[in-house]
Amino acid sequence: MKRKIGSQVLASVLVNSVYAMINYPVVLINTLLAPLAILAVVTFASKGALLPVAAVGALIMNMVSSGTSLQQDLSHLKNDMRLQDMIVSSPTTSLVYIVGMAISEIVYSIPTLAFLVVLNLIFVKITLLGGLIIFLDMATIFTFSISLGFFLSTFTSDIIQSWGFSGILSPLLTTIPPVYYPITYIPYPYRYLAYLSPTTYASEIAQSQTGFFNPGVVGFSIAWIVLLAITGALTYLALKRSRWREN
Amino acid sequence: MRIQTSDLSKTYEKKYIALENLTLDLSLNGIFSIIGRNGAGKTTFVRIMSTELMPTSGSGFINEMDVVSQAIEVRQQIAVVPQEARPLPWLTPLQTVSSYLMWRGYSYREANEKGKEALRELGLEGKESVKSRKLSGGQKRKLMVATVISSEAPIVFLDEPTTGLDYLSRKELWQLLSKMKKDRLIILTTHYLEEAEILGDQIMILDSGKLVDIGKIDDLRSKVKLPYVLKVYSDNFKIEDNELQVHPVSEKETFVYGSATKIYGLVPYLVTNKMKFTVEEASLSNIFEQYLGGEEGENEKEDW
Repeated sequence: MKRKIGSQVLASVLVNSVYAMINYPVVLINTLLAPLAILAVVTFASKGALLPVAAVGALIMNMVSSGTSLQQDLSHLKNDMRLQDMIVSSPTTSLVYIVGMAISEIVYSIPTLAFLVVLNLIFVKITLLGGLIIFLDMATIFTFSISLGFFLSTFTSDIIQSWGFSGILSPLLTTIPPVYYPITYIPYPYRYLAYLSPTTYASEIAQSQTGFFNPGVVGFSIAWIVLLAITGALTYLALKRSRWREN
Repeated sequence: MRIQTSDLSKTYEKKYIALENLTLDLSLNGIFSIIGRNGAGKTTFVRIMSTELMPTSGSGFINEMDVVSQAIEVRQQIAVVPQEARPLPWLTPLQTVSSYLMWRGYSYREANEKGKEALRELGLEGKESVKSRKLSGGQKRKLMVATVISSEAPIVFLDEPTTGLDYLSRKELWQLLSKMKKDRLIILTTHYLEEAEILGDQIMILDSGKLVDIGKIDDLRSKVKLPYVLKVYSDNFKIEDNELQVHPVSEKETFVYGSATKIYGLVPYLVTNKMKFTVEEASLSNIFEQYLGGEEGENEKEDW
């Protein structure tokens, strides 16, 4: 029988997002609320001054949340429902499964993304090239978070452990680092700590296009190199070191 | 269909031996039942042969394909319902079956058509659009079986598919499996010995990760010392004989296990004393106890 890879990818998208949204529409509010809550707080606290930064930051958070959600979803499907065991023993490969699941997380956040894109188009003034750079930045941080999510999910043994990972990752990658505010707001020596998070580099790249932070050519290049290196390493780990078939 | 293993072993965390040097070579069709106590290695065997789990040493082959180095090829031919697998509560039965078929590479349309057909065959028509969380325990198990049976896979692994089901639901599932076995090999692990006996065309007994025996029920029966059971319904029946095993069930009911000669030798005495009795071949439960010694559940271990 001729196997259709497109169908295998679509199966993950349907199961993990489309059917969930159709059968339980309330989940849409959940995905919308988290980035918008911080966006609202930052906007009100700064009397609107940081709205453009926060609007771009919300996009970054949305991308990172895809990874943490993926980690929880995969862990749930693997450990609680034993679905992943059925998939492992099927003609679907780990790469096809994970690509489908990654797309499902994007599909899940389409309403949030649509809202944030409109918000950015209204309040953030950027050039076409700037828009493209932000898009590539988002794609890179999405790849990073998805790889991290998949890597961790293969090591979690139950959903409680999975929640634990998400609880750690979410503040470390989105709330504390300068995602919703410029890095210049962090005094030294704490600013060095911010550079431990890959999302700081993604934010610097995005904020450099919105005019809130000027890292210079060297700083901009370093941000890209570090972000791409971390993402590449993690993707390699996710593909090579994660446990699809158990030992 | 051919299943082969050679010194197949699995040790967890370098100390728990789940399978030990399992070697077999079987040409099978129909239903292959695997029985054993908790911790016997049934699930480990299924997980290795279904390419979910790597063995520690040794090798396994499905239709002469290595389950380790040719896992991709093996996966084209197998489908698995793992122990404790259940339908995703937010999906409908049709969505459950069709998405699994899509993961196997069917198009959306083909998967839906085959899914509807499978649900109809398994008596779940009319439930296609109900959320799976609303199904009964028996319907959920049927749905999981429908999910793999609907595929083209000629070899299906079912790891304890009837655990926790009431007797009638189990019987329904047995009927379905009997119907489905015509075109494929079903490898079934179970704790219900009656189920293994009724369904199994061949039965494998595992204990502490080792192969105890394999064969048809009659083959297994022919190898035990006490292949017949005499059931006597009388409060006056008393007997002492070292070659017989006597189990008083109640004041008026006694079971006696023994060889054909010994058991039929008692018949004249029972007839003369006008005692009600029946003579039966030993069931798989009796055979299992004789093979493993002691009651089922003794020396129970963590389930592998």
